[in-house]
Amino acid sequence: MDTTRVSREYVGVASIRGPLMVVEGTTDVGFDEMVEVLGPQGDRRIGRVLSVSRDAAVVEVFEGTSGLSIPSTAIRFLGRPLTVPVSLEMLGRIFDGLGRPIDGGPEPLAREWRDINGSPINPSARAYPSEFIQTGISTIDGMNTLVRGQKLPIFSASGLQHNTLAAQIASQARIARREEFCIVFAAMGIVRDVATFFQRRFEESGALENSALFLNLAEDPSTERVATPRMALTVAEYLAFQEGKHVLVILTDMTNYCEALREISSAREEVPARRGYPGYLYSDLAAIYERTGRIKGVEGSITQMPILTMPNDDITHPVPDLTGYITEGQIVLSRELGLKNIYPPVDVLPSLSRLMKDGIGEGHTRSDHPDIASQLYAAYARVKEVRSLASIIGEEELTGVDRSYLRFGEEFETRFVRQGTSEDRDINATLDLAWDIVSLLPRSELFRVTEEEIRQRYRVRKPGD
Amino acid sequence: MSTRAGSVEAVDGPVVTVADAEGISMADLVEVGDDRLLGEVIRLEGNRATVQVYENTGGLQPGQLIHSIGGPLSAELGPGIIGNIFDGLQRPLEMIEAKSGAFISRGVAVASLDRKRKWLFRPSVRQGDQVHEGSVLGAVQESELIEQRLLVPARLNNVSSTGLAAQIATVAPGEHGVADAVAGLAVDRKETALLMMQRWPVRRPRPYRKPLLPDVPLITGQRVIDTFFPIAKGGTAAIPGGFGTGKTVTQHQLAKWSDADVVVYIGCGERGNEMTEVLVGFPKLVDPRSGKPLMERTVLIANTSNMPVAAREASIYTGVTLAEYYRDMGYDVALMADSTSRWAEALREIAGRLEELPAEEGFPAYLPSRLAEFYERAGRVVTLGGMNGSVTIVGAVSPPGGDFSEPVTQNTMRFVRCFWALDKALAAARHFPAINWIESYSEYLDYVEEWWSQNVAKDWRRLRDAAMSVLQQENRLQQIVKLVGPDALPDEQRHVLETARILREGFLQQNAMHPIDTYTTPQKQVAMLRVIIRFHERGKDIVARGAPVIRIRELPIIVLLMRMKTDVPNDQLAKIDEIGLALDRQMNELEREYI
Ligand SMILES: Nc1ncnc2c1ncn2[C@@H]1O[C@H](COP(=O)(O)OP(=O)(O)OP(=O)(O)O)[C@@H](O)[C@H]1O
Ligand SMILES: [Mg+2]
Repeated sequence: MDTTRVSREYVGVASIRGPLMVVEGTTDVGFDEMVEVLGPQGDRRIGRVLSVSRDAAVVEVFEGTSGLSIPSTAIRFLGRPLTVPVSLEMLGRIFDGLGRPIDGGPEPLAREWRDINGSPINPSARAYPSEFIQTGISTIDGMNTLVRGQKLPIFSASGLQHNTLAAQIASQARIARREEFCIVFAAMGIVRDVATFFQRRFEESGALENSALFLNLAEDPSTERVATPRMALTVAEYLAFQEGKHVLVILTDMTNYCEALREISSAREEVPARRGYPGYLYSDLAAIYERTGRIKGVEGSITQMPILTMPNDDITHPVPDLTGYITEGQIVLSRELGLKNIYPPVDVLPSLSRLMKDGIGEGHTRSDHPDIASQLYAAYARVKEVRSLASIIGEEELTGVDRSYLRFGEEFETRFVRQGTSEDRDINATLDLAWDIVSLLPRSELFRVTEEEIRQRYRVRKPGD
Repeated sequence: MSTRAGSVEAVDGPVVTVADAEGISMADLVEVGDDRLLGEVIRLEGNRATVQVYENTGGLQPGQLIHSIGGPLSAELGPGIIGNIFDGLQRPLEMIEAKSGAFISRGVAVASLDRKRKWLFRPSVRQGDQVHEGSVLGAVQESELIEQRLLVPARLNNVSSTGLAAQIATVAPGEHGVADAVAGLAVDRKETALLMMQRWPVRRPRPYRKPLLPDVPLITGQRVIDTFFPIAKGGTAAIPGGFGTGKTVTQHQLAKWSDADVVVYIGCGERGNEMTEVLVGFPKLVDPRSGKPLMERTVLIANTSNMPVAAREASIYTGVTLAEYYRDMGYDVALMADSTSRWAEALREIAGRLEELPAEEGFPAYLPSRLAEFYERAGRVVTLGGMNGSVTIVGAVSPPGGDFSEPVTQNTMRFVRCFWALDKALAAARHFPAINWIESYSEYLDYVEEWWSQNVAKDWRRLRDAAMSVLQQENRLQQIVKLVGPDALPDEQRHVLETARILREGFLQQNAMHPIDTYTTPQKQVAMLRVIIRFHERGKDIVARGAPVIRIRELPIIVLLMRMKTDVPNDQLAKIDEIGLALDRQMNELEREYI
């Protein structure tokens, strides 16, 4: 867009509804351009043009419209899209949801301002992600491996320990060469405690000086949330593809983001798709999640870990559902494991890492990794069946093989899944542990691993071993 | 070239209203605003037009001008398609990258086919020859695998299937660019130049002479498909499934291994990395039949989820037009569309902004007819030039919440004849491909039976039906097992469970990442099935004679049956014969105990 265009100012608006205002008599206003809104006390808010016609524009005000009046509100169209300054100086800093410093420090110096919408990465310019990231968490490294440049969300539910898990991953994540990540953290509608928790964890692990935090808290205006992840990702793209950094982006909570989008959509009286969410929710989320990856010939990378809470623990709710359709897998936390006091309560069966196959095995982790992971899945799926059978006919009535599955299931959950909040397991330790637990099953049950692997790594265990 | 055709009245995302529209027709391509963004006219009312814009409209202002380019969205058909990656409007992504870098910027003008590249044209007609629409003029070696046959263009208004005959006036063998003439046609005493490249409006099906029965299977090397739910060349199939159930992997597998001549892969509103995976992987993978890299027969259309939604809507038409073009040369083309749901959502998004009255779940009322039109473009045909060619269409469907009762799945089911239903529970247990064998179906089974019988094995259908029957019995028995446990069943039924387990794990499950398992020849599929069914039948006899089922379950042969998919290479089927002999020996021994 032509940024030299003069800005135009209007006083008085035609109507205000929810976060939206209609401004009439406008000329030369562009779609999606940035707007400054001046309230009665001269307070300055930011907005953008949602649609425009010859003599009127619909403006979304990020900070909300409360306190604004029809005759006195002044609107200035800035003739450019919403932008954010980008520079290395943003590391170690804390901003609000619209990118303004809230840590008492000055505006970071920046030579460049970028449109927060970014542009799509050309698929032919992408490099395929395949570098193993060790998070030190067995259920992830062993069974849902994360690679550099992947987008892997955490599907959680209220009361489960997704924040602890995300913070643990952020502080433990390492690549083979022990390179560390920069962290770009975007909070959308989370409570202050949670923001403080992350801040403190980053401080403890020494990651804070390598982090940029964008905080839109629960008490902050909800409309602002639609801009926050875009701000964060614009900075992340600069750090990764301009400065060659490996960036881990944590976005939380995407459910709050989607609710803000729904609010705007319903204020516009758009035809909703499922559960009141707009029909373009998929495309909108994709515009966020796809800002991840590697680019050919460029050193840096963006790895995304969005967090969302599933309303009613329902994985078919539009927010987790559409997210799962866009991201490259998902880590699903389960209430059942949470109740058993197992941390991290990762339910491996619905979890998935689609990019795992190219980041594990010979030359990446260990040659037996793909097969033992597959065996764990098959066996744990069987555990679920056996448990439900046992609950009907009683454990005593089970066959010997089925009983061995129950023992396997028990150890899998208490030894493999469960670990300490700062327990950092090396990939070899994870895989050895997997073999040790699989060894509770008779050899004849192991079809996902090769005879050779069985010879090398399987040792028969009787209960109590 | 372009003429002024109105000015912007209003902008709402990709939908732009135009005032004072003049001289434009429905479906015309236009350039919108100062940045000359490409768009298509989708509604005309009085002197107002509505345009869907294929690029991001940020900054577009009312009052800016619209220019008409004239004519509808069309594909360029000529050498340079194979091995390429295009966006939904057939713009080559590598050229866009060369112009605008790693991120796609707006208004980049690039031709679909490279104008600089020269191709060696070898004519097969001579001056004075009679030709008609669809006749072959000659060939260009487009890639290592594909010889592109240049055809006399079909006329747009062609309704009859014969077309007019005309005489070749001139022929120009040798090196040419796509925009150069390769021959001249004498029509009404005047000479019409035929260029190496032709254009075709993507929303219009290309004509053919007559349809053929879909009685040749498209061999995919995927056992659950070829053996249980086969698809025919020229057929249609849908793969519905929730996220992560295996739609993309299945389509990649089909793109890799099916015995099509040309593969068109459309990434419609899906992930960037999945396209990269194909771009990086296919040149390294070798086609099992020709020994050449798979990219030499593949063309990619990538309009990923973060690229403009109107271009996503266009992408499947662009893809199917390219597919028809190769069909018209007498090739068997397989087209994968991943995902048709994202295309339907693009329709919904545009319809919503037009304030059209929605039907189900916000989708426009014309969703079913658009789906029907798309799948109707599949088929095995006699081309205008008299050759046999086919377009097979395989569409992924992404139902919200994995629930098949939603409009896109339901309407797709009306128009496709193969339904490969993916199952979340199977995927969670890592049973891949997670194609549910109870819910899936293929209406091509009877059509392709003859082919299997003549080309592979006489007993294919018998074995297939026997296996299916075991799986169906197992399905019923499992309901009981869930309540009382397997031990409560009589031994002959427990034997059914045992065979079903071997079928599930040793036959239906197929690991796309395993070097041997990823592709199974039809011969190996039959051989595997034959020993498994032999196991079932012999075991059944022996159980009937009073042997406890546990004795059969302990036979060492079972491990071999489970592992032959990964342990026996496609070209060493004698090993399966040996497994069959060992099976008989072990069964004979057991049988002797119960005579
Ligand atoms: N045949 C197979 N062999 C091995 N693994 C498979 C197979 N099919 C699917 N998978 C596994 O399932 C994962 C998900 O598959 P895929 O990406 O095809 O799902 P999808 O249905 O396309 O999901 P989405 O709708 O989100 O795109 C893969 O990353 C892979 O791990
Ligand atoms: Mg997919």
